[in-house]
Amino acid sequence: MNAPVHYDPASDAYTTPLDQIDVSDPHLFQDDVYYPYFERLRREAPVHYRKDGKYGSFWSVTKFKDIMAVETHPEIYSSEARLGGITITDRPMEFRRSSFISMDPPRHDEQRKVVSPIVAPANLNNMSSVIRERVCTVLDGLPRNETFDWVKRVSIELTTLMLTTLFDFPIEERNKLTFWSDCATADVNAGGIVNSEEKRLEILGDALRTFTGLWHERAARPGGFDLISMLAHSEATRNLVNDPAEFLGNLTLLIVGGNDTTRNSMSGGLWALCKHPAEYQKLRDNPGLIPSMVPEIIRWQSPIVHMRRTALADAELGGKQIKAGDKVVMWYISGNRDEDSIDNPNEFIIDRARPRHHLSFGFGVHRCVGNRLAEMQLIILWEEIMKRFPRIELVEEPKRIYSNFIHGITEMKVRIPA
Amino acid sequence: MPKITYIEHNGTAHTVQVPVGKSVMQGAINNNVPGIDADCGGECACATCHVYIDAAWLDRIGLPVPGSQEASMLSFAAVTQPDSRLSCQIEVADDLDGLVVRMPEGQH
Repeated sequence: MNAPVHYDPASDAYTTPLDQIDVSDPHLFQDDVYYPYFERLRREAPVHYRKDGKYGSFWSVTKFKDIMAVETHPEIYSSEARLGGITITDRPMEFRRSSFISMDPPRHDEQRKVVSPIVAPANLNNMSSVIRERVCTVLDGLPRNETFDWVKRVSIELTTLMLTTLFDFPIEERNKLTFWSDCATADVNAGGIVNSEEKRLEILGDALRTFTGLWHERAARPGGFDLISMLAHSEATRNLVNDPAEFLGNLTLLIVGGNDTTRNSMSGGLWALCKHPAEYQKLRDNPGLIPSMVPEIIRWQSPIVHMRRTALADAELGGKQIKAGDKVVMWYISGNRDEDSIDNPNEFIIDRARPRHHLSFGFGVHRCVGNRLAEMQLIILWEEIMKRFPRIELVEEPKRIYSNFIHGITEMKVRIPA
Repeated sequence: MPKITYIEHNGTAHTVQVPVGKSVMQGAINNNVPGIDADCGGECACATCHVYIDAAWLDRIGLPVPGSQEASMLSFAAVTQPDSRLSCQIEVADDLDGLVVRMPEGQH
């Protein structure tokens, strides 16, 4: 009775009637079988309507160019939280929290400008030595000839330490940041601790209380070049703490943005190299390729699966008629495999001519604020890895999270030969 | 063909010929001039082809139209100045022969 269900994603993707294809199913990403579904949509219905899918009715935008068109027209394709914000999940109205990623210009612009100096070129230089020191400590502590979980020992540890610097958060309590980040993005159907929006809010209430305390400390003293001090002392955001929902919205944005995405690229990069031994050898032969390998890793991983917009007006997109009020989902993970915009998109190539031509950071006014910080962390990590370990072996295929938003690796067993 | 000079943040100058009708950004990318990233490929959507226009050329080139997509993207770029432009939005023409642009400390 309990025989395993056999299914073949490649044939399934092509035998399911086109209007029944639902790429929002988180299993497709958890099981790493999403590829043929998007391949079919890109070929047969690049802007595709799914009525009454798992996450409601929505348009899927799957080609690079069409995604770019949505990104560059925020006056048509809104990110506004009360319309549904930036994820395909329509949260009940009382749980829709605003933050600058889920706002349109001009309010978005005012708030974003407050935090962006933290990743200005001069400050990136300042942070690079701290990052390198931590990378060295973490790598030097890894066991040899013994199986361990790369996600826990390296990816989570390094990105959480980065967050403590960005927020000037107590280092001994850093695990809370990871916990809150995971809770903020968890799918309520994933079978984890966050099984309802009420539960999510209860847990994030701890984050709100903790950060409200930090805010009042920082507001009382001038200076401080951490995100909380910057928000507390800027004209545009000095009263943010008095709007707990929006404060929490911005906190979770900054915690998730500074954490999850880089974490999963740290894991996904090693996975990609292990699965492409010729590229791994190319890297061993020439570690100077690291700066061009890193954006390729970020494309390959596509740490954010999608971003959602809501149409404010009727518009044409890829020959289809979008109606005001429609939910429009940009599948970055698909646009990053679009052969019309990227040469040999299904190959992992660490020395591409234009490796930064990918969608993982988004484009337009909402383009990832931290994109160069993310790259810098990954570059330093790989520089230090190559100095120490010519080879790291994949022991088991990675485990992935149940999500159509975060392309996450939860566990990856590896071994460093002695 | 108009000649354009790109000066890196460290002072290194690169003078290259760019065909009329191409953008100042494409001139840099096609000649492997470092310091301009152009992640989006010329869609005015990433602000990583940011340059400062030499004072002698500012009148001819002009500033971004207020409220335009370029003005909006530039407002998020790091280390902007009053003479900042996105080089993907400047089309090379015969009267830009000799144009000088400088690169910022970093692109993002």
